[in-house]
Amino acid sequence: MKVTVDHERCCSSGQCALIAPEVFDQNEHDGAVVLLQPEPAPGLHAAVEDAADHCPCSAISLS
Amino acid sequence: MTTAAQTPTELRRLLPRDLVERGGCPFDPPAGLTARRGQAPVQPLRLANGAEAWLVTGLEEARAVLADTRFSSDRVRHPDAASGAEPRQVETRDDGMFVFMDPPEHTTLRKLLTGQFTVRRMRALEERVREIAVGHIEAMKAAGTEADLVPAYALPIPSLVICELLGVDYADRDRFQRNTAVALDSAASTDERARAGLELYTFMGELIAAKRAAPGDDLVSGLLDLPDNQLVDIALVLLGAGHETTANMLALGTFALLENPGELARLRAEPELLDTAIEELLRYLSIIQMGVSRVATEDLTIGDVTIPAGATVIIATPEANRDPAHWDQPDRLDVSRPRVSHLAFGHGVHQCLGQQLARVEMKVGLGELITRLPGLRLAVPADEVPLRAEMLVYGVHSLPVTWS
Ligand code: HEM
Ligand code: SF4
Repeated sequence: MKVTVDHERCCSSGQCALIAPEVFDQNEHDGAVVLLQPEPAPGLHAAVEDAADHCPCSAISLS
Repeated sequence: MTTAAQTPTELRRLLPRDLVERGGCPFDPPAGLTARRGQAPVQPLRLANGAEAWLVTGLEEARAVLADTRFSSDRVRHPDAASGAEPRQVETRDDGMFVFMDPPEHTTLRKLLTGQFTVRRMRALEERVREIAVGHIEAMKAAGTEADLVPAYALPIPSLVICELLGVDYADRDRFQRNTAVALDSAASTDERARAGLELYTFMGELIAAKRAAPGDDLVSGLLDLPDNQLVDIALVLLGAGHETTANMLALGTFALLENPGELARLRAEPELLDTAIEELLRYLSIIQMGVSRVATEDLTIGDVTIPAGATVIIATPEANRDPAHWDQPDRLDVSRPRVSHLAFGHGVHQCLGQQLARVEMKVGLGELITRLPGLRLAVPADEVPLRAEMLVYGVHSLPVTWS
């Protein structure tokens, strides 16, 4: 799984950092998404998919 | 001064009564909404002023509307059906009501705040929230074995927390709590609401003048670069949204758990369910009852329905959050229900700025309450609990409880 985030779209909701904190964080400045692991281990895939589904701004893409 | 702030309450005033009044179960959506289940997820609706609006009851359709900023939140340029006004050309919005703005104006103001409301920042507040919660439980116990949970617990916790974040003196709570309540009460007259709004502006104007003279390390002091009128708007939105919402989730959430003793017992036995229980309560109770609306800026299609330019679209959150296509037995409260993206905090670029704060407050507030007051129960019959049907934010006006 490859994860990409679109900083332009991100509205700093924090949903991803809440659901998959191993993979997503938020920056201190404006809370925008910080991608910690672009290729997360299989054990994290379900959480990452969940985070992408919860993202209110469709800023997380998975391939 | 802005009138945009008034429009959700104004819109609520004009809804057909069967979309407002709660029937048998105080936690179920109004009968007019449940009656639409299984019907078209986007339907036209006649408002009391004769205007037409569109009601969205399906989850996917609601998400599609809220994800698309061509459905505008800008109530100055795109007034809704409640006001009956025509669209207006405005060069720039110089007010601060970003909840009623569209990108890029919305983005600029929201970004000034989002860094203060991250998951990490809000988690750092958890111990302070716990201290406040436990202090109020101790005070309730010291005073006897009965209390009205709203003034004794549900309202003070988020009020104190948002006051501390913003740098507002909690001793002034009478001034902002009462006026916020009137401003969001669709049963109050337009005049009463305008007066309450004016008092809130005066209150915040004074506070900001004081901060300019002597800044602190609070959120408002951090925004002093903004002009007064914008800062007053922003601080009032945060203050209002910061206490009315969580307060109602705490009180109505407690009521819902007491009325579902099996779920309460599970939660007490398995405290690790608290996170999913909070998401489930948010979904099940959907306290922003039809407060979220948008105006189509052009002809737009949702599903197979074309919404004409200028039309008002009302998101029926309580019903969308019970869409049977997404939740099994949606009318059941199930504290272990697997997490599914719900609409309680909205969706799209306006999704609740304070959601991570609200989650911490609910987790600590409900968690401490059910562990520290083991025999907690209602002190009046359930059908005597006064419901906030007319308010933009649903909940209970009071919740008399007792414990052993
Ligand atoms: C359980 C409690 C809460 C619920 C159910 C809730 C619900 C919502 C909803 C549905 C929206 C979207 C409005 C729209 O799309 O037009 C929203 C936005 C907002 N909420 Fe909350 N909220 C809660 C708590 C809070 C708290 C504690 C704060 C404190 C700061 C807050 C501040 C805001 C702000 C500032 C916005 C506007 C965001 C924007 O327009 O970008 N909320 N909330
Ligand atoms: S869930 Fe989406 S909008 Fe929210 S912080 Fe993560 S990437 Fe940004």
